[in-house]
Amino acid sequence: MPDDVGMTAAVQLFPTCIGDVVAQQTATDAERVLDALGIDHHRPSATTCCGQPAYNSGHDGPARAVAKATLKALDDGSDLPILVPSGSCTSMVRLHWRELFHGTPEAEAATRIARRVRELSSYLAEHTDALRELKPSLAVRVGYHDSCHMLRELRIKEAPREVLQTVAGLELVELDSSERCCGFGGTFSGRYPDVSVAMADTKIDDMVAAKIDVLVSSDPGCLMQLAGRMSRQGTPVRAVHLATLMAEALA
Amino acid sequence: MSATREDVGGTPLPPGWAKPAHQPDAFELTTTTFAERAAKTMARPFARGAIANATDHAAALTTARFVGTDHEALREEARKIRAHAIANLPDYLDQWIDQAERKGTIVHYAADESEARRIVAQICTDQQITRVVKSKSMASEEVSLNSALEAVGVDIYETDLGEFVVQAMGDRPGHVIAPILHRTKDEVHELFSAMAGHELPNEAEALTAFAREGLRHAFLTADAGISGGNFLIAETGDVLLVTNEGNGRLTTSLPPIHIALVGIEKVLPRRRDLAVLLPLLTGHGTGQQITTYVSVSAGPRRQGEPDGPEQMHVVLLDAGRSALLGGEFEEALHCIRCGACQNVCPVYRQVGGHAYGWVYGGPIGAVLTPLFRGQEEAGELAQATTLCGACDDVCPVKIPLHDLLLNLRRRSDAEGHVPRHEQVAFALWAQVWSRPLLYRASTAVARGSLRALARNGVVSAKSPLLRRWTAGRDLVVGKRPR
Ligand code: SF4
Repeated sequence: MPDDVGMTAAVQLFPTCIGDVVAQQTATDAERVLDALGIDHHRPSATTCCGQPAYNSGHDGPARAVAKATLKALDDGSDLPILVPSGSCTSMVRLHWRELFHGTPEAEAATRIARRVRELSSYLAEHTDALRELKPSLAVRVGYHDSCHMLRELRIKEAPREVLQTVAGLELVELDSSERCCGFGGTFSGRYPDVSVAMADTKIDDMVAAKIDVLVSSDPGCLMQLAGRMSRQGTPVRAVHLATLMAEALA
Repeated sequence: MSATREDVGGTPLPPGWAKPAHQPDAFELTTTTFAERAAKTMARPFARGAIANATDHAAALTTARFVGTDHEALREEARKIRAHAIANLPDYLDQWIDQAERKGTIVHYAADESEARRIVAQICTDQQITRVVKSKSMASEEVSLNSALEAVGVDIYETDLGEFVVQAMGDRPGHVIAPILHRTKDEVHELFSAMAGHELPNEAEALTAFAREGLRHAFLTADAGISGGNFLIAETGDVLLVTNEGNGRLTTSLPPIHIALVGIEKVLPRRRDLAVLLPLLTGHGTGQQITTYVSVSAGPRRQGEPDGPEQMHVVLLDAGRSALLGGEFEEALHCIRCGACQNVCPVYRQVGGHAYGWVYGGPIGAVLTPLFRGQEEAGELAQATTLCGACDDVCPVKIPLHDLLLNLRRRSDAEGHVPRHEQVAFALWAQVWSRPLLYRASTAVARGSLRALARNGVVSAKSPLLRRWTAGRDLVVGKRPR
């Protein structure tokens, strides 16, 4: 924990379940960026998942059971911001936990956590001056994918772009389809694989036409979808999390 | 009718031009899954491109229409008007019926689809109607009206150009505003050339001219016109219809009898509510400030009036609507059928309207179909969306479609319509992932298995557990080599 004297701010980091299983690099890269900024951070040890897969499938019981474990892990009595490198998990905790835990003994804690939780890029956007001083640089042509819940529930659109624009040599291209869903949709991707993949393809066509080198997003779910499809097709576009791109630019 | 009715002008369409109308039980909702129906459209070479282009175009027109206006304030005003109208629906309906009857309109009430079919068929039989011109009506699609009329010997002419093509092809409308959005001009060219018996020029003007000739004859010889209705104005007892082709105006005023089939939820309290709702309907439907025609049917022709129908019937269609009043899905009744949510839906864009298995496609279809047809038959549709929320942001009356879809998923779960394997999977998942130690063990196993399956950080093997993912995608678990 930081003391009051130092310049260090402190945050908690919730890696999310996709981060624990598939996208481990994301949380690690987020930590590298925070390190570069001199922001103290730690991961609570017992988080699991925010409950979103069950919640969005209409299974509130299982969602509550799982979310409760994460809630307990995050509710450490501190006021530290909880950074989440996922727009949709942030949205789940920030906007839907109150409803999910309404009328349960966890209701109060859920409200407490909802106030603390922050989507990673929107937190970093408050540190763009400090980021610029670190002279991040990377010569790449980048497109940004607005993930649905981050854009339409959290209403975060500019923050990730502001962060990316601190990188010297980075050219940010606005994709025509930046706001269109990638087709992941959690369980949707498994229920309707063909439709899901077709949805990804329209985004990928757009990226190829825009001749970008890297697609950046702030949602591991979307990235799993888009990177997975592009890998299968041999599309020459990398899909990475904003944290990863920033870590590379700062390295 | 008289023997001379064939000589009035236009060119009669060749006999047998229309394919038989679909029967009420011909909907594919129960016999196929969403995935199967979606696959059918996705396999048609030009359909996907056509749907994507048309919806993108429509969505762009809508956005452009409201640039520089206080769109948000207008939407909020519209939401309030619709919420108020629906919250007080029984009163406003009474008022509408009262006013309409005063103007001489004959009002009928159809509790369900078969009653609607029966009522309209009965009017046709009683009035010896054998030829009907129809303007576009989604309510008539809901009740499969055409098949009921064919059964009592009525010839039907769909007069909206898109619906005309649908009827000639034996197809179904694929969009609430643009019925043949899933078709290409070439397909229409081929169809019309076959109907004409010779090759027509493959140009929009020539094709419309062909249809117009045939339809003109139908208009001039029809015994009755059947329309839907966009709004019922409680204050005046009128039915309001918006169209662009003029066919609505002809349908409602030229033949001696006009029959309108209108959902009960279409009521607006006052005429001045149109100042809010009309620009939103047309702007979100077609991007227009106002449609070419806005027709107000205010009862039959009165003494001294030179035109208009001699008889006007309105069939008020309930068919599942009143059951939603006061419940958690009441907001679905606020819908004004503008189609905007279909135009921005990333799923609809791929699969089109037919994938939804009934009358309405896209987000509003995924909501209305389970509500009107029942959870058992149609509950799956609420799963066929990514909950991306684009529909919420565009809906002119601010229906929270995302929340309604999620609530439908919850209802499926609560009512036990979720497949057993899914129930078990989520219960098991909750058992493990609600315990941090088990969670850590399970994610370690998952990571280990993925590593074992991966080549160069990429899992592409079609392992049975991942099959639904890896059929079309890889799973990138490490840094992908460049
Ligand atoms: S739900 Fe809203 S956007 Fe969709 S058709 Fe109805 S009014 Fe239009």
